[in-house]
Amino acid sequence: MSVTHEYLEQRLERPSLVARLGVGDWLWAMALIAGALFAHRRYAELMDIYEIGILYGTAIAFIPLGWAWKPLRGLGVVVAALSIGSVSLYGSELAAGESRFFLKYLLSSQSAIMWMSALFVMATVAYWFGFATRSEFTYKVGSALTWSAAAMGLVGLMVRWRESYLISPDVGHIPVSNLYEVFILFAIITGLLYLYYEKRYATRAMGAFALTVISGAVAFLLWYQFERGAHEIQPLVPALQSYWMKIHVPANFVGYGAFALAAMVGVAYLIADSRPAGFIAKRLPSLTQMDDVMYKAIALGFAFFTVATVLGAMWAAEAWGGYWSWDPKETWALIVWLNYAAWLHLRLTKGWRGRPLAWWAVVGLFVTLFAFLGVNMFLSGLHSYGSL
Amino acid sequence: MNLAITLLVVIAIASVIGTVLQQNQPFNDYISKFGPFWFEVFKALSLYDVYGSAWFLVLLGFLLISTSVCVWRNAPRMVRDMRHYRLDVQLRSLRAFHLKREWERPLLPAEAVKRAALLLKLRGYGVRQKQEAAGAVLLAGMKGGANRLGYILSHSAIVVICIGGLLDGNLPLKLRALSGELVVEKRDLPASQVPPESTLPADASSFRGSVSLPEGAKADFIFLNVGDGYLKQMLPFTVALEDFRIEHYATGQPKSFESDLVLVDNTTGETVKKTIAVNHPLVYKGYSIYQASFSDGGSKLQLRAWSLDGPSSEAVPMEGAVGDELRLTTPTGPLTLELVNFKKFNIFPVEDDPTGKTHRNFGPSFVFKLRDQTGAALEYVNYQYPVPVKDRLYYLSGVRGSPAEEYHYLHIPLDERGGLDRFMALHASALDSERVRAAVRSQLEGVQEKPSEQVRNEVVDSIAALVQMFVVQGIDAVLARVDGSVTDPAKRNSMIDSYIKVLQGVLGELYIQVLRDEGLTPEAGVSEKDSVFFDDALTALSMLGPYGSPFYLQLASFEQRDASGLQITRAPGKDIVYLGCVMLMVGVFLMFYVHHRRIWVRVAALNGGSEVLFAGSGNRDRVDFEQEFTTLAEELDGLLQGHTSDKAE
Ligand code: HEM
Repeated sequence: MSVTHEYLEQRLERPSLVARLGVGDWLWAMALIAGALFAHRRYAELMDIYEIGILYGTAIAFIPLGWAWKPLRGLGVVVAALSIGSVSLYGSELAAGESRFFLKYLLSSQSAIMWMSALFVMATVAYWFGFATRSEFTYKVGSALTWSAAAMGLVGLMVRWRESYLISPDVGHIPVSNLYEVFILFAIITGLLYLYYEKRYATRAMGAFALTVISGAVAFLLWYQFERGAHEIQPLVPALQSYWMKIHVPANFVGYGAFALAAMVGVAYLIADSRPAGFIAKRLPSLTQMDDVMYKAIALGFAFFTVATVLGAMWAAEAWGGYWSWDPKETWALIVWLNYAAWLHLRLTKGWRGRPLAWWAVVGLFVTLFAFLGVNMFLSGLHSYGSL
Repeated sequence: MNLAITLLVVIAIASVIGTVLQQNQPFNDYISKFGPFWFEVFKALSLYDVYGSAWFLVLLGFLLISTSVCVWRNAPRMVRDMRHYRLDVQLRSLRAFHLKREWERPLLPAEAVKRAALLLKLRGYGVRQKQEAAGAVLLAGMKGGANRLGYILSHSAIVVICIGGLLDGNLPLKLRALSGELVVEKRDLPASQVPPESTLPADASSFRGSVSLPEGAKADFIFLNVGDGYLKQMLPFTVALEDFRIEHYATGQPKSFESDLVLVDNTTGETVKKTIAVNHPLVYKGYSIYQASFSDGGSKLQLRAWSLDGPSSEAVPMEGAVGDELRLTTPTGPLTLELVNFKKFNIFPVEDDPTGKTHRNFGPSFVFKLRDQTGAALEYVNYQYPVPVKDRLYYLSGVRGSPAEEYHYLHIPLDERGGLDRFMALHASALDSERVRAAVRSQLEGVQEKPSEQVRNEVVDSIAALVQMFVVQGIDAVLARVDGSVTDPAKRNSMIDSYIKVLQGVLGELYIQVLRDEGLTPEAGVSEKDSVFFDDALTALSMLGPYGSPFYLQLASFEQRDASGLQITRAPGKDIVYLGCVMLMVGVFLMFYVHHRRIWVRVAALNGGSEVLFAGSGNRDRVDFEQEFTTLAEELDGLLQGHTSDKAE
């Protein structure tokens, strides 16, 4: 008997991505396109040509993302259903947020954001508990809570978007316009990035660390809301009224989220490395694996941060008349970027690994934190966006 | 390479300085902040303009050179790396690889080679084959060469961006200013008087500057900020501002502002009309005109000046435009009235709404300064329309000594007709000594024991002086006088009480007279409203001393004129920078997400079967590559193993 090449080929053939897609994947793609078409038809007069482009671009970008990372589809469906439900409960009455039961306690943007906050904190507790007891079940609860928190956060943002238009059509804008709103975005994106790596590396042991930084962000968010009333929807200053905001800000926060995640993995790494047989080290994945996650996160963050900074420069060129003005926020973006460029060089050209880079990633978080919080708190500049 | 990392870190740290210390402020601000000594030290270090300083540019220059050299040296190797399959690799090296597998199989070598090649191709590797001298066959597989392209793109991008940025920076201007060819102007001059050595011709290749255009005005120049001064840059066109519009949100924040511009090319006469707004500039032949800010462009104000230092109750009409300085002569000496600003809307949260959500428009206001001979000035803000304070209406005028202070407000009550006449009449009569004396006398009528004529005159004199002091210098002066004459607190309080009673009595008498002059009949009783007015009027009178202005300026009407702040730039380097940005983004993604991987399969004949060596190298992504290698090895293992007797046809 002889084997033909065709036979071998058949045996080795891995089905192409498209052939591997299931019904759910196609439904996902169709739902996204249909959603974009619907939004386009419904809100056409509120969008300019670029915003229409961003709408379709986002829908199309999320198709392969959902294919490559299936749980995203579920998240999308839940967020869409809850958001649509909430928006239709509102109708055209902002006051419904106070009177309708479901809105008041669950789906108004404020309630959803409170739910997100609570769920993130609960997830943190669950992950730490799971970590301590090595309980697979508690770990799973932690994941489920994180997914729910991300979903509620996204619902909160979607509904907030709608609420801003209910206040007055000229106030309406996408909720990524001030520190309060982007902190929510930060928590969600960091959570989702973590969940991605959790699946990818099939370990939940880093969850306790990742969720801790998210809980920190939530704590700030709550302080900011209750002490400063930052949750009030404010109209946009003229400089922010631009389609650029819709891409610049989210791209930035993928970067910030990834850097934060890398730093927390760095913390885990350092603890495990200093006490290799300790309580914590025994529960964490191998040092090599954490080192790898750290690199992956920083590489992802760096790539998105590069895009975000370029987009920011292009926006600045349009709004302020110059693509680079050495405004403090701009300059700090550059500092963050240079910092991680140095990190990547050390790893990729000098072959550094492990401890020093873990330290550097942790320090990097403070640099990053200063860029998106400290600058607003301590420095003044052209970035009108949310001073504390 | 060490140099590169050091440079990245050093530039990052150096960049911090300019964000901590506000850049390009007037030097006086720095002097008052640091004192003369440290001011000079920091100035010598160029800390007030870090990003334009020589040392910072040198750092950037190093980065530029180092990256260029790096690309120059590495690019050929990278290109080779991308295209060449390592067919010259030695058996010894392969055996030394970290990732390797070896098998001995009864399969014919030729068949083993075929199958291995098939596997590599199916897994996305490009494959080259070489017959080695020893009779063995070496397959070299590679994928992800674009990763190397990523390196070249992203690093060249740094060079491209730096060059583009350099083209648009003001380095050439600074050099020319250093050589003395250009003089940076530091005086506050009208545009027409800027001397030629501070003026740049219209053919400059790049600049970024601004100009403030009042409605109806036009300009063919802008001002460039250079260090502590400015240069005047001529433009090859003239921009005229036809109209400026601003819209507000209900909260009073500006919602949008836009300018109707007409641009006329100075050489071709070509005309372009466009409305620009924030985020929507006008682009013309490489020049861009941006909406940057707005201000008052010389609104015309019709004013009424009510004297506060003489017994006149008639207002004098006055006229001026924002930006004007009017010289006035007053009994206390010459004064300059500077009309500083005009605002058509003043939207503030309503005070008694705890949520802070309701806003009210308090209408137009204008700001002026009164400067005396010594140069000292008080700043005032006056509202055109009465403003409600605690459910009553007042004419409001705020005064402060410097912009750092809060305004102290004078509240003047409204009369029956909503005007100032009654208050001014009362004020005038309080300064009219005849009337005051008459009022005092009539007050004394009511006193039980009749003093002698002489005592009586003395009492009238001193009370009239007290009233005069109260109205001209304010209640504080009266209190100070009491403090100067008695020390015993009990006595002091009773004295103050009696002074206030006397003042109330006399001014009340004058007030009755004013009401009578209005044609009312106060004998029949003073209405609640009129008595509240009197209380408010007394309070206002008591504040006139510190108010410090010899007149109250009322805004009668206005003709608003806005000025639009335009930023005009020419940045020929912008497209280069954007090209660099695209290279950078593409390059970075290629570097991180395309993995450069090499794999070798060496098949040698052994005992009628084959000896197979499988080795791989993927330096950057070890963990992932190990996984891929393991999978590949298993698959290859299966291919070589499962069909020991198989023969290809
Ligand atoms: C702002 C400046 C720079 C940035 C953002 C930057 C960024 C990067 C990044 C992200 C990598 C990783 C590439 C990979 O995955 O292999 C890299 C690699 C590298 N960089 Fe840079 N770089 C910069 C400047 C420089 C300079 C000035 C030099 C040389 C003096 C340099 C030399 C290298 C070398 C040799 C590699 C390794 C290339 C390889 O073999 O893969 N870089 N750079």
